[in-house]
Amino acid sequence: MLTNDRVPLIKAKALWMRRTAFTMVHRAQLGHPGGDFSAMDILATLYFGVMNYDPKRPDWPDRDRFVMSKGHATGALYSALCAAGYFPEDWLSTYMQPKSLLNGHPNRNYLPGVETNTGPLGHGFPVATGIAIAGQLTGASYRTFVLTGDGEQQEGSNWEAAMVAGHRKLANLTLIIDRNRLQQGAGTEETSGLDPLDQKYRAFGWDVFEVDGHDHTALLALLSAAPGSKPRCVIANTVKGKGVSFMENVASWHHGVPNDVQYDQAMKELV
Amino acid sequence: MAHAAPTAAGFQDCRDIWVKTLEDLAEADPRIVAVVNDSVGSSKLNSFQKKFPNRLINVGIAEQVMVGVGAGLANGGRIPFVSAASCFITGRALEQVKADIAYANFNVKLVGQSSGVAYGELGATHHSIEDFAWLRPLTNLTVIVPADAWETAEAVKWAAGHEGPVYLRLSRMPVPDLDIPDRKFRPGHAETVRQGEDLTIIACGTTVHLAAAAADVLKAEGISARVLNFSTINPLDESALHDAALTGAIVTVEEGSVRGGLGGAVAEFTSAHQPVPVERVGFPGFLPTGSTDWLFQEYGLSPEGIAAAARRALLRKG
Repeated sequence: MLTNDRVPLIKAKALWMRRTAFTMVHRAQLGHPGGDFSAMDILATLYFGVMNYDPKRPDWPDRDRFVMSKGHATGALYSALCAAGYFPEDWLSTYMQPKSLLNGHPNRNYLPGVETNTGPLGHGFPVATGIAIAGQLTGASYRTFVLTGDGEQQEGSNWEAAMVAGHRKLANLTLIIDRNRLQQGAGTEETSGLDPLDQKYRAFGWDVFEVDGHDHTALLALLSAAPGSKPRCVIANTVKGKGVSFMENVASWHHGVPNDVQYDQAMKELV
Repeated sequence: MAHAAPTAAGFQDCRDIWVKTLEDLAEADPRIVAVVNDSVGSSKLNSFQKKFPNRLINVGIAEQVMVGVGAGLANGGRIPFVSAASCFITGRALEQVKADIAYANFNVKLVGQSSGVAYGELGATHHSIEDFAWLRPLTNLTVIVPADAWETAEAVKWAAGHEGPVYLRLSRMPVPDLDIPDRKFRPGHAETVRQGEDLTIIACGTTVHLAAAAADVLKAEGISARVLNFSTINPLDESALHDAALTGAIVTVEEGSVRGGLGGAVAEFTSAHQPVPVERVGFPGFLPTGSTDWLFQEYGLSPEGIAAAARRALLRKG
């Protein structure tokens, strides 16, 4: 059963995932490390504390689904899938190389464990809604989790999905919003404000919770809680670049890449 | 299993056979579901909704989530038929069609209803004449435009059994059954409607019967026109195109734009492999308000208009 005993494992995996993701981005000299790092603890909690899956059977019909709607954060997704056993570690060094299976945005036809091809923002949440509807139709037991960025919530297609899920009372659907308050150029609230995000989702018929997106214990409790009667929105308050001092809360690390000095510095901090 | 008995003279709105076929398929396979954007009536899915209330998923006026939900339903083991007016399913949700359906290669059947200029009087926003051009470049997406009721039923059945993304471009414009003996639906293969050797008329969808009538007009003038039904736009039957080019001149006809659709595809092929004169019959761009019939007449989508294009092609053949 899912208990706080899982927390040390989640913590250890999150650290491995951060080191791995940063190494991938440094090697490729491409990536989205800021957004990788704000999402890392959420992914570690899902894969090592919450979800029911089998890396040897990625098509198992009753598997819990995770949709990475913020598809640019492949440093986070690929390190999570690798840690979970979906593919071997030596694939990681091919990140962004020509014809690599580990390309910049995830492709379900390349990698097991990828539920849908994301990249253009606002796509994963509608797809996750469809997965949840399929589950509701068949009375399946699987749960569907989808992670969006917060800047991503500016895309209108998310709100179509929010409306459909609320209307259909998709209690088997959990949306997690990586609320790091930054987007590509600047802060979300100075670009096109999202607040009050919680009130918006409640108005659409969702149960809404807020959590510290880097607190594994709190994340574990919330994400593994039994479904209610409505779809669930978890606003995870996070720090972009969390875990590496010079990245934390700096917008330019959205798609910044570390030089050798920065890489060494980060590896010293990630212990 | 429903099928339309071919008649020489009856004109049919092919939406009736689309719905009957879908219902028969759904009866046999519980995985089949329909997804609509408030378009229950225009997709003629009212009886489907009555028979299978849980399996008609209406997301309201929201095409992007409609197509995304289609992808998600496929992930969840359903076989979704996502049905909406083709102008909106291809226009509003084009990125979803590209990324969630074609690129992700989900087993989703997109059904574009009332395509072409079915909504003639409503104006250009409701005309769907760009869909071929928008969809042709999308890898993995099979694009089929049935020419009559029989072919509509066959295409729906084929789509249900095919593993992969499909776009079925349906019409509400009444069309006669093509009078072709021993028909067999073969996606990716053109169908010969009329034999001929002086030139080839390549038509699709609602224009095929008009092309056949044009061939009859030309025959009276001593011109032998081959007529081909290209019901699969993607992938194109290059073998039939090769043979068509050997006749020395080609006319293409479509209820769509002359830019980038079937005519564009044929011109791409001939210019690369067998340069011959190609006359493209279709719509030039945004169209004025008018009935479907008026628009067809005005822009040469008629037996006389197609015959005139054939004569132009023959002059260029030299």
